[in-house]
Amino acid sequence: MGGDDNSVVDGYLKDEQATLALGATVARHLPSGGVIYLLGDLGAGKTTFTRGLLNGLGHIGRVKSPTYTLVETYTPTPVLTLHHFDLYRFGDPMEWEDAGFRDYFGPDTLCIVEWPEKAAGALPPADLTLQLTVEGTGRHYCLTAGTPTGTACLRTISTPPAVG
Amino acid sequence: MLVLGIETSCDETGVALYDTEAGLLAHQLHTQMAMHARYGGVVPELASRDHIRRAIPLMEACLAEAGRTLKDLDAVAYTRGPGLGGALLVGASVANALAFGLGIPVVGVHHLEGHLLSPLLADPKPDFPFVALLVSGGHTQLMAVHGIGQYEILGETLDDAAGEAFDKTAKLLGLPYPGGPMLSRLAEEGDPQRFTLPRPMLHADSLDMSFSGLKTAVLTLVTQTQATLGEIDETTRKDICRAFQEAIVEVLVTKSLKALRQTGMKRLVVAGGVGANKQLRAGLDTAAARRGLEVFYPPLSLCTDNGAMIAYAGAMRLSQRSPAGSFGVAPRWDLTTLPRP
Repeated sequence: MGGDDNSVVDGYLKDEQATLALGATVARHLPSGGVIYLLGDLGAGKTTFTRGLLNGLGHIGRVKSPTYTLVETYTPTPVLTLHHFDLYRFGDPMEWEDAGFRDYFGPDTLCIVEWPEKAAGALPPADLTLQLTVEGTGRHYCLTAGTPTGTACLRTISTPPAVG
Repeated sequence: MLVLGIETSCDETGVALYDTEAGLLAHQLHTQMAMHARYGGVVPELASRDHIRRAIPLMEACLAEAGRTLKDLDAVAYTRGPGLGGALLVGASVANALAFGLGIPVVGVHHLEGHLLSPLLADPKPDFPFVALLVSGGHTQLMAVHGIGQYEILGETLDDAAGEAFDKTAKLLGLPYPGGPMLSRLAEEGDPQRFTLPRPMLHADSLDMSFSGLKTAVLTLVTQTQATLGEIDETTRKDICRAFQEAIVEVLVTKSLKALRQTGMKRLVVAGGVGANKQLRAGLDTAAARRGLEVFYPPLSLCTDNGAMIAYAGAMRLSQRSPAGSFGVAPRWDLTTLPRP
């Protein structure tokens, strides 16, 4: 992971395992709630990343694509609710309001949003944004902080733990 | 008993009238296919208020189609879950208000129970017990169905639903909406030998499936082919479609047969939109005939979300004196926790 800037972390993921591992890493450094946007084309690994993150939080079991259900909800720990949204099928940002998704956001709640651009303007801002880009058989990733909470999270990810 | 069924779990509003003596009397559905095609993508209109706009006119159309009035109704059934909370509440409110006003019972139905009982609206209909393959854009599950309310999940997709894999792969291949059916049409003209795509979990003992890797495999195949051939020509595109469909169909057929073998059941029931796929039907029919098994499909018009399956499932529950539901919705609801009637 390169760069001295605390608001961006990027690198290369050579396979699915690496995408899962990135999810687990983010899970370890997450605050107790917040918003993460996931950007990338079909097949870039957005749901795979989410699976890695959920497994990292202790969730065992299925992590199904929320494309058709629009949202899948998990309680990986007794104090954390995680909503995994997929807005791929949205035709209009107004659908965000109409579906009542605003009510899903709150303290002790982590919201992961795939295809956030489909509800541009209606969504709460992201603490972290992950961009996944297909590069050969692997993926290039770029994590960007959008809030002080996100910056603090990225700082702990990019700083190796102190020895001793 | 005449039952009105109302389905509003997602983005289609379905209303139907089912009579336990005379069968399905009317069936109305609001879809936006033409509009979808115009915009080149899915316009779900998930808006709860869209269901509000459609529900009553569809109900009136059903009554007119059947030549009945509200006074003829004996019960109302609605989709209680799983689905989107706001959308479910519309169906629940309409159903409960109607039932309260008319002084008749109301029953909340599980959406997937509706799907897996929908083949019972066909003629001939299967006897219990049977294995159900529910395969659509949102679900891919194998279930053992011992009777009404006696469902056991044998296996399911760990990630993408099969129909979702069709639609997303079609999009990756640049096919216009609706992608899945068009991909299938192109696949019919493709060469099954030219490319081979992976069949994840095909030989695993479990009846679980995984389809999200296929999307990535197609993406890689397209990139590699572009690198060697330049542009993807029409023939190559058809061959890729064929390779994709071969992979999905083989997984679904193999897992269905394995489920029949494991349960010792002799009947397979296929429900959901992907159940309309020709190659899947041919594959299942051939494999079943060879083993002396029977395969049943719902009428084509009842493969997707609809009110008929909800009216039917509600009628089955009420005729078997299942406790009628109270006003409520269950956006997340495990099918295997349903009570027996």
